[in-house]
Amino acid sequence: MDNEQGITVTDLVVKRDGYRALYNVNFHIGPGNLVGVVGPNGAGKSTMFDAVAGILPITRGQVELHGIKGKKGGLAYVPQRDNINLRFPATVYDVVMMGRYCHLGLFQRIGRKDREIVKTCLDRVGLWDRRDALIEENSGGQRQRVFIARALAQEASIIMLDEAFSGVDVGAQEGIIEVLQTLRDEGKVVMLATHDLTNLAERFDQIICINRHICAYGPPKEAFTPEVLEELYGSHGLVLAHTHADGETHIETHMPND
Amino acid sequence: MIDYIIGPFQYSFMQRALIVSVLVGFLLPMVGAYIITRGRAFMTDALAHSLVVPVAVAFLLGLTTYLIAVPGGVAIALLMGYLGRHTGISDDTSIGVVFAGMFALGLIILSVSADITPGRVPPIEDLLLGQILSVTRMDVIVSLILTVGVAVGIYLFHRHLVFTTFDPVGARVVGFKTSVVEYLLLALLALVIVIGLSAAGIVLVMAMLVIPSASAYLLARRFTGMILIGAAIGVVSAVTGLYLSYHADWPSGPAMALVATVIFGAATLHKRTFPVRSDE
Repeated sequence: MDNEQGITVTDLVVKRDGYRALYNVNFHIGPGNLVGVVGPNGAGKSTMFDAVAGILPITRGQVELHGIKGKKGGLAYVPQRDNINLRFPATVYDVVMMGRYCHLGLFQRIGRKDREIVKTCLDRVGLWDRRDALIEENSGGQRQRVFIARALAQEASIIMLDEAFSGVDVGAQEGIIEVLQTLRDEGKVVMLATHDLTNLAERFDQIICINRHICAYGPPKEAFTPEVLEELYGSHGLVLAHTHADGETHIETHMPND
Repeated sequence: MIDYIIGPFQYSFMQRALIVSVLVGFLLPMVGAYIITRGRAFMTDALAHSLVVPVAVAFLLGLTTYLIAVPGGVAIALLMGYLGRHTGISDDTSIGVVFAGMFALGLIILSVSADITPGRVPPIEDLLLGQILSVTRMDVIVSLILTVGVAVGIYLFHRHLVFTTFDPVGARVVGFKTSVVEYLLLALLALVIVIGLSAAGIVLVMAMLVIPSASAYLLARRFTGMILIGAAIGVVSAVTGLYLSYHADWPSGPAMALVATVIFGAATLHKRTFPVRSDE
């Protein structure tokens, strides 16, 4: 594990079509963290991911990805369902093998080492038995695990999942979180954007609350206060319970779209 | 029967036609697999029609067609890609504009060149419908060279093409230049269309690129299978079309396209009986 790994974002501003889609974004995530990124629709979660991943021009500020500069495939992106071309006939195995592509030179072919890595990665997410299934034949949860396996095959130290839980049932969500927690334990940085506010404290080490700027960042129980919830969702987010019975803060939320 | 099959090849024009047919049948569906999985079939048709311009210019100047068609075709393909990316109008609209404008310009040039050079009649029908039986030695040599070029391009950039087709965002994140890959594919497309022109003609070259790969899509589960089956169907269609062209005196483009369409029909029936994808 490289102790230098991690993400540092300083004074990030991203303009899109003339307006500030993101501003005043500052955070540092060290290795071995599973971070949830929450915020309403249009809050800039995907914009922030794209900026960190280096596929969107930054207007101001900087993004530093420690330990992966010049290292191929150091950052992996688990795409939203809509960004995948499901017309393309690829099996689970084929998709995970794509994780090896960035390590192969123009004249290199896929070798035994690549095939072994792909098998190991598929075993880790429990999908080796489904290797011959087409990607479109998988459930939402299975598909997310396929792309996590691709990130592993890519040997990424930073893994970003955009709207990882959309179209994924609660049971499968837990399966994904378990896999991500083992990756966190290995020292990887895992960032996951989600609409789903359930079990934030159990699922994530840190959460970033974002609504075009960072409203709060820290351990879920500290970051996710009623004030922050109000800032994120306005009066639409209804705080149902807020008790201190055991000395801890419990927050139940009710969202109109849930 | 044997004479029906082997007999024609005592003539050297048929030997040349066979070589070009096999190349066209093999190569066009191969590139077609990348094109149709990207949903860009219409691009092929537009590009083929636009090629009237360089072909007409070559005729006007009395030059070998390829001398102008190869660089001209690649230039038009890149222009289409650029317009789609940078003008803010939708892809199919920009393709439609270039398609119509270029085809009109090409036909005007051909018409004018007929007036300027009265002794020479522009081969408009052959150009539009293909005339595989009149391919020259030069056609064969240029087709072979272009085939090698396209094959090398696909061999080197197959993975880039696959990744950017399947997951353009993920591909950019790992550092693949999606725009460069897109332009490269367009250039390859232009080259195979130039090869296909003599066999299938401007109007139907799209058929040889799209229909065999569409049939293969119905029959194969994986992309590599799709490429191989598409190439096999393409060769069968092209060579059968060649026979029909020779024996029945049909224009080769429609003959090949018709065979490919019949195979597509059979593939559709087969897929309904034995689906290769669970959700269909």
